Amino acid sequence: MSPAIFVLLAIGLGLVGWLAARSRAWAFATANAASGGGRVRLHSLPSYHGWYVALWAFIPAIVFVMIWNAISPHLVMQAILADPAAAQLPEFGITRDTVLAEALAVASGNANGVFNPLATPLVEPATAAMQRYAIIGVIVTILIGFTGGILAFLRLKPDFTARTRVERAVMMILLLASLVAILTTFGILASLVFETIRFFGMVNPIDFLFGTHWSPDPMRDPAYADGADYGALPLFWGTIYIGAIIAMIVAIPLGLMSAIYLTQYANSTFRKWMKPLLEILAGVPTVVYGYFAALTVAPFIRDVAKSAGIASASSESAIAAGLVMGVMIIPFVSSMADDSIAAVPSAMRDGSLAMGATKSETIRRVLVPAALPGIVAGVMLAISRAIGETMIVVMAAGAAANLTANPFESMTTVTYQIVAMLTGEGSFDHPATLSAFALGMVLFIVTLALNFIALRVVKRYREAYE
Amino acid sequence: MNNPDLTSVAQASFTDSGPAKISANKVSVYYGEKKAIDEVSIDIHTKYVTAFIGPSGCGKSTFLRTLNRMNDTIPSARVDGEILLDGDDIYRSKMDVVQLRARVGMVFQKPNPFPKSIYENIAYGPKIHGIAESKGDLDGIVEQSLRRAGLWEEVKDRLSDSGTALSGGQQQRLCIARAIAVDPEVILMDEPCSALDPIATARIEELIDELRGRYAIVIVTHSMQQAARVSQRTAFFHLGNLVEYGRTGDIFTNPREERTKDYITGRYG
Ligand SMILES: Nc1ncnc2c1ncn2[C@@H]1O[C@H](COP(=O)(O)OP(=O)(O)O)[C@@H](O)[C@H]1O
Ligand SMILES: [Mg+2]
Repeated sequence: MSPAIFVLLAIGLGLVGWLAARSRAWAFATANAASGGGRVRLHSLPSYHGWYVALWAFIPAIVFVMIWNAISPHLVMQAILADPAAAQLPEFGITRDTVLAEALAVASGNANGVFNPLATPLVEPATAAMQRYAIIGVIVTILIGFTGGILAFLRLKPDFTARTRVERAVMMILLLASLVAILTTFGILASLVFETIRFFGMVNPIDFLFGTHWSPDPMRDPAYADGADYGALPLFWGTIYIGAIIAMIVAIPLGLMSAIYLTQYANSTFRKWMKPLLEILAGVPTVVYGYFAALTVAPFIRDVAKSAGIASASSESAIAAGLVMGVMIIPFVSSMADDSIAAVPSAMRDGSLAMGATKSETIRRVLVPAALPGIVAGVMLAISRAIGETMIVVMAAGAAANLTANPFESMTTVTYQIVAMLTGEGSFDHPATLSAFALGMVLFIVTLALNFIALRVVKRYREAYE
Repeated sequence: MNNPDLTSVAQASFTDSGPAKISANKVSVYYGEKKAIDEVSIDIHTKYVTAFIGPSGCGKSTFLRTLNRMNDTIPSARVDGEILLDGDDIYRSKMDVVQLRARVGMVFQKPNPFPKSIYENIAYGPKIHGIAESKGDLDGIVEQSLRRAGLWEEVKDRLSDSGTALSGGQQQRLCIARAIAVDPEVILMDEPCSALDPIATARIEELIDELRGRYAIVIVTHSMQQAARVSQRTAFFHLGNLVEYGRTGDIFTNPREERTKDYITGRYG
């Protein structure tokens, strides 16, 4: 039975509770009038009584549904394994798992027949177990929903503070919603930390952070894992060189100039069209930039470099990835710079113009310096985005961990290596695979720090003008 | 205007004050379709403080801003008529606005020091206009301007502090010092005390009186007491018209126009 049915069941219970409670509240209100008296004033509108009971019927039921969804497959599995036919199964391995999966698929109606003859005798017990647990689930859901609803229903009185309680429930629901994102972040962080610690159990952190040679071999026996192969410095350098240096050499001047043009020179029509257009540019999937970098920019740069006599120029180069990434980042820089320049009070600009400064003098000497904290913060956010960017470097920068300042050579980055290590052939407890988590951890810390500082700067700067 | 020969009357009564520094002739200002100033003619003399008074929205700021062409920064604003500075039309097409604004300085309603050091605030104008020959020159200009603005004693030990860290009254005197650092001939002030407390206001009023000897000063104010205290000439604006212009004493004690009298006696405004 699909989970949707359980959810519908819980909603149905809630609906019943809502209708029942509302009509009960109406009855309170009108009972007195029927016997000749005036209408009783309820503390809360009838629909609030409805919501109160509905929530008490729905929430416990839906919580049970979620728990049941998580544990019932295990119960079914245990029932199948307890069946005598399961004794035929191999002890471990892929065959055992596929046989079980086939039996379950047939039993739940997702497949018509089995491949492996071993699965056939298991279909029967699987079907039986699934039905049994589905029925138990439905009954318990109804029981819980009912109990919750009835208990709440019994509390209704004319002066019952349903409105206040519903308000509190709304607040709790909103709070839960906001916690989801935060809890997820913590979950990610926890797994990252855990795997990173495992990695550092095998490879010395000093070797990892400061070593200059990167060539993890996922096929090598992990017992012989050698810290000397896990020196991530070339990756850090490649990341900074591409994301924070080459890309920013492109993005900072162009982004700043476009922001200045848009805020100070462009007429309002142009600005109205151009700003959304830039924002759309920021939404182009990075893979599109990636193949532009790999197929157009990189070969072009290699040819130019070769004809200029740079023999080391490779078809995958740091400069191709960096340039395209810089273009991708322009909208971020320009939009932050635009906001900061626009936030400089116009009194500042008027003051300068009234001194006889020209427009460009005013921009250069007053507006940009005044907006500088915001601009710097924007650049930091842009860098944090650039160093976390993956597709462009995967497609255009290459895999070679070179520690060089020559932009025409192939270089690799942290993100590239995370992808390479996780999709490689290594098993999940091999240091080569685990190194992806350590790299992710470094990236996470650096980006977090950049964002944190940038937001602090922006906040201080906002306060300065309020 | 309901008194077409007002200008001649006003000018005739100022024969003691020499030729006009600024002479406006039938100046009208439009914001888009809307007329904010209607054929205003007025002469402004050097070594006098001229006050613009009138109810808010009557166009005082608008007219003041035509005098250094700050209205150019408002895309919808358009100016008709003629404004002569020492006999030159400042709206002629060859006019160098940058030069004009160096000659006609401006102080705004809300103090607006740049977010730079006190020193850099004052040095700003001299630097962009290339007035100072050397660092020593610049230091001299900064000190002299701050002295004239009566701020030197208070800030001489912290010239490198940010201008925005000063108190409101000090900031406004800093803005005045900034304006006089480029040695202007006219200083326009748009309600320079409206954001200040009474003590700071008194300080600025003293300062205006001290500065009067060197410059033509035009001050917009909504306070008639202030106009009476600091100015020698008063112009009363109403609904975009210049209703009456004359010696401050005459305007306040013996106005010729009914509307002026109503305003002075607080009948509206
Ligand atoms: N930038 C502007 N755009 C359009 N209308 C304006 C603008 N500035 C002022 N006005 C209008 O012009 C009239 C005069 O304004 P203003 O000169 O500021 O008056 P005052 O300084 O005497 O209070 C007002 O009606 C005002 O609404
Ligand atoms: Mg005004």
